[in-house]
Amino acid sequence: MSALLEVEGVSKVFGGVIANADITLAVPEGAIVGLIGPNGSGKTTLFSSIVGQHAIDGGSIRYEGSEISRLRVAEIARLGLLRTFQQTRIYGGMDCLKNMLISISHRREGLIDMLSRHSAEQVDEADRHLEFVGLYEKRFLLAGDLSFGQQKLLEFAMALMNGPKLLMLDEPTAGINPTLINGLIDRLKRVNEEIGITLFVIEHNMRVIMDLAQHIYCLAHGELLADGTPDEIRGDNRVIDAYLGAH
Amino acid sequence: MNRQGMLILAVLGVGAVIGAPFAIPAFITQLSFLWLMVLFALTWDIMGGQMGYNSFGNIFFFGIGAYVCAVIQRDAGLDWHVAFFIGMAAAAALGVIAAAILGSGMLGLRGQYFAIATLGLGIAGGEIASGWDYIGAGSGLVPPLYPGALGAREMFFYFLFLVLAIICFFTLRRLYSGRFGLAINAIRDDEDKAESMGLHTTRYKTIAWCVSAFFLAMAGAGAGNMIGFIDPRDVAFAGLTFGVWMVLMAILGGKGTLWGPVLGAAIFHITQELFWTYLLGWQRVALGLLIVVIVVFFPTGILGWVREHYPEKFGQAVDAEAQGAAMGEKAEP
Ligand SMILES: Nc1ncnc2c1ncn2[C@@H]1O[C@H](COP(=O)(O)OP(=O)(O)OP(=O)(O)O)[C@@H](O)[C@H]1O
Ligand SMILES: [Mg+2]
Repeated sequence: MSALLEVEGVSKVFGGVIANADITLAVPEGAIVGLIGPNGSGKTTLFSSIVGQHAIDGGSIRYEGSEISRLRVAEIARLGLLRTFQQTRIYGGMDCLKNMLISISHRREGLIDMLSRHSAEQVDEADRHLEFVGLYEKRFLLAGDLSFGQQKLLEFAMALMNGPKLLMLDEPTAGINPTLINGLIDRLKRVNEEIGITLFVIEHNMRVIMDLAQHIYCLAHGELLADGTPDEIRGDNRVIDAYLGAH
Repeated sequence: MNRQGMLILAVLGVGAVIGAPFAIPAFITQLSFLWLMVLFALTWDIMGGQMGYNSFGNIFFFGIGAYVCAVIQRDAGLDWHVAFFIGMAAAAALGVIAAAILGSGMLGLRGQYFAIATLGLGIAGGEIASGWDYIGAGSGLVPPLYPGALGAREMFFYFLFLVLAIICFFTLRRLYSGRFGLAINAIRDDEDKAESMGLHTTRYKTIAWCVSAFFLAMAGAGAGNMIGFIDPRDVAFAGLTFGVWMVLMAILGGKGTLWGPVLGAAIFHITQELFWTYLLGWQRVALGLLIVVIVVFFPTGILGWVREHYPEKFGQAVDAEAQGAAMGEKAEP
């Protein structure tokens, strides 16, 4: 069986800067896959390419077996492929509950739905997800007034509200209070096991990604440097060199 | 404020707006215009305030409404009231169709680009209308005279605009409290994020414009008749007066809120009437100064200013609690 997401020979150039060169990787359904690499190695660029934020300069991206590299951002999102942003993006002028309510899936949405009100179940679901990430007490606060870490958690909860099949998280633990990181890892695992959401995670924190992912890809200078299980990656000299060389 | 206080205030308010034309009949036309101004500000704020898309072309739908209704009244050969209401319905329908067509073409543009593109709309409307003989070209169009006793005409239009403004207010209140409201707020806050969450952004934006056009076209239908003469540039596609005022009123009161545009329209209209009465010759200068004062001292509008300075009474949290209660939220633990 083919993987849920298949990236094949994808390249992306930004006016001379080769951000991604001939990247090939796969994310199997139900898995947690990691993506690591030094700063500027092209991780975020690859995420943006996958969700259609910019056109790719070559290669193919297949999701559930069909080509998506020509679809628009919103169309890809409605297929259940969602990403969160490294710099976090939430709706700052709205409270947390409203951020959640508008994050429901828009897969099937007629005119009546667009003009209707939220059902009690939707409000319940929003509350449950906010509770899950520990933001229930803040649900009537403006999202823009939350700390960076809290916004990161809210963005994660919004993604859950959307009910994705594949969720791509760009550095989910960045800016999160270190004492809360273990709890977040635990939640990510639960989302994967209990709700069955496939995760593809960019992470700088080695301890986190080793604990979380079953398979890890490592980028350097826009190219795929290595891939393997956490143990293989840990022992890979190329990976160690790339990280040491970059710092 | 408690429930009883609200109720008393509501009853007083309803009494005032119904009684006003009888209490001060000399001002009935100004009062009718007040409701028209409220409609202008409310419909502008859907896009400009709630969605963050400044439109300088909304007057286009007002103009369409004025002409469509007047042409039907002129050619239908029906009883005045029948022809008028058919004309108004047709105006609303055509306004919505125009908004849907223009929206699907223009609303792919982001913020500022959209704003600039809309600037052309009102101008184009005025140009086309003043060159088109079928609708009277440059010499305008005179809708059939309202039948009935002296003073009945003024009463009719006062209550027409009052009812339109009230329906508009409650329709928007209902829409803002549901998915539509959140969607256009999300577009205002971060449209890229909204897209990456799968929102049908262009559809929501187009609906927003259609809702504006729906009420504006009906307002235009009524206004053409109330004013009694449809000049292509000074009444129907009056971008420099009505078209600019709608923006100012919404900003003055507080854009992106439901009551802000209502408040802004009332204050703006009263101030303007006073200028016209007491500052003859200087009214345009005074109006210009007022605009500067609004933008410089009340960038977030009166409602925004009040919220900033008295957050404990008018702040976001209070709002949210009320909304939480409305959504059947359980009490705070
Ligand atoms: N929109 C853009 N325009 C021009 N260059 C870009 C753009 N986005 C990324 N780049 C460049 O592409 C390269 C890869 O950037 P990218 O953000 O993908 O790295 P990253 O691996 O996510 O880094 P980090 O760990 O710092 O988040 C960098 O050299 C960056 O400067
Ligand atoms: Mg990055």
